Amino acid sequence: MTEETSLNLFQQQDANRRRTAWLIVCFVLFFAWLGFGGDYVYSRSTAHAPPAQQHRVWWFGFAMLGFGTALAWYAYRTGPEKVLWATGAEEVINPADDRQRQLVNVVEEMAIAAGVPRPRIWIVPDPDPNAFATGNDPEHGHVAVTSGLLDLCNRDELQAVIGHELGHIKNLDVRLMTTLAALVGAVLLMRNGASRIFVSERGVGGRGGRKSDLGPLTVVLLIVWILSWMLAPFITQLLALAVSRKREYLADAMGAQFTRNPLALARALEKIEMAGTPSTHIKSGAAHMCIADPLGRPLGSREGLLADVLTTHPPMAKRIAILKGMGYAQLKREGGAVP
Amino acid sequence: MSWILLILIVAVVLWAVGAYNGLISLKNQTLNAFQQIDVQLKRRHDLIPNLVSAVRGAMDFEKDTLEAVIQARNQAVKVNAAGPDAVKQISQAENALSGALSRLMLVVERYPQLKATGNIAQLQEELTSTENKVSFARQLYNDTATQYNTKQQQFPTSLVTGWAHAEPASLWEIEDKAEREVPRVDLSMKPKS
Repeated sequence: MTEETSLNLFQQQDANRRRTAWLIVCFVLFFAWLGFGGDYVYSRSTAHAPPAQQHRVWWFGFAMLGFGTALAWYAYRTGPEKVLWATGAEEVINPADDRQRQLVNVVEEMAIAAGVPRPRIWIVPDPDPNAFATGNDPEHGHVAVTSGLLDLCNRDELQAVIGHELGHIKNLDVRLMTTLAALVGAVLLMRNGASRIFVSERGVGGRGGRKSDLGPLTVVLLIVWILSWMLAPFITQLLALAVSRKREYLADAMGAQFTRNPLALARALEKIEMAGTPSTHIKSGAAHMCIADPLGRPLGSREGLLADVLTTHPPMAKRIAILKGMGYAQLKREGGAVP
Repeated sequence: MSWILLILIVAVVLWAVGAYNGLISLKNQTLNAFQQIDVQLKRRHDLIPNLVSAVRGAMDFEKDTLEAVIQARNQAVKVNAAGPDAVKQISQAENALSGALSRLMLVVERYPQLKATGNIAQLQEELTSTENKVSFARQLYNDTATQYNTKQQQFPTSLVTGWAHAEPASLWEIEDKAEREVPRVDLSMKPKS
């Protein structure tokens, strides 16, 4: 480990801590906006009503603020288990066969190489080869692989994949990505509930037939407010996409640093890319956490603004090319022949 | 004027404290990484007798290889060095053990009918993993120690090296590749089937 990469590691950890904190703050503020915005519109619309019907106490805003805070706290605390639960992962406690024993050994080896405690190990019963890591800090990390990955990869390749995942754990990517996944899940759930509320509220307003005196500003605010309710899920999804692309290159490099075998990771990625069967267990909420995009999006193989916005993972070909470059440089240094 | 001086002094003190703490943190990481090697070596020492007794029956014809492994293991356990060349002495004994183990693995490789037996495949996996754990622990130690040594020598930090009682940590030497290749040739001279 050179001076430079270690500096990067600490910067990366700090950046991830900071981004997670920001993410949670913005999430709570967004809830406050949803709540107080509603209060404002409601109070304007009842401003000329009899005093008993006026909206004086902005209880909705405070309720949403409290709800948002509780939700964010809950999502942060239970994020890792929720993600594992959502993918149907089963923990490996006593390895049942040779493959599982090898997996446990490989994870132990990589934990030693990374200098972190051994993470808990999970297997997702899914034929699509993929892997992800989760957890709030390196002391409570989790690594999950699909059974398809175990069948597909040999020992070196498995080691390379696990090295990549431990890279995510060591530089605290897992904290940010897990919190994000949990928040995305919470917002998606909420949208389903909220759309029901809107439908019923519109019904009430129509029946009353009361002429409200909304000024144009209030109308604009109302529209923005309703739009932000509807757009919340998309915004959080976009956030999930934007946050994960650059990290894959970094985790690839860290994995290669742990194994000292970048070519094994390149081979593993090639195999994963070739397999290309969409996953049935890993849903879109956790897609940004995986080593390869589990949804097989068509834009995934391209670079560019549109791809940046719409995919969770950088193009596989580029990752493989970078790893191969690292591998050949290493072979050259050791005086071996470059294949 | 005087408060500029004050700010300067405060800045220097803050920097020195930061550099000092950085060195101490690296020192502890290095010590920690060294202990991690110890843990893995001890694990290897404990594992070997079990492994050898598990295959003794099946590998009666390769007594020498097994004997060499046991001997190297006992030698490595005996080394209880302290002082400046502790790392050197330990690493020599452990490298000898690694050599004996890799010879054993080569032997196992050479007998396909051995590999068919369930516990030999398991033995192979355990040996591979044990060797990997030792070498990854060593790699982490060397990486951390290199970082620590570099930090001590680099210019502004080198001013507080004495204050932090930082001394260069010796690296764990990795054995010559040529050394490892000798037994491979030796083995090919006496194939049995």
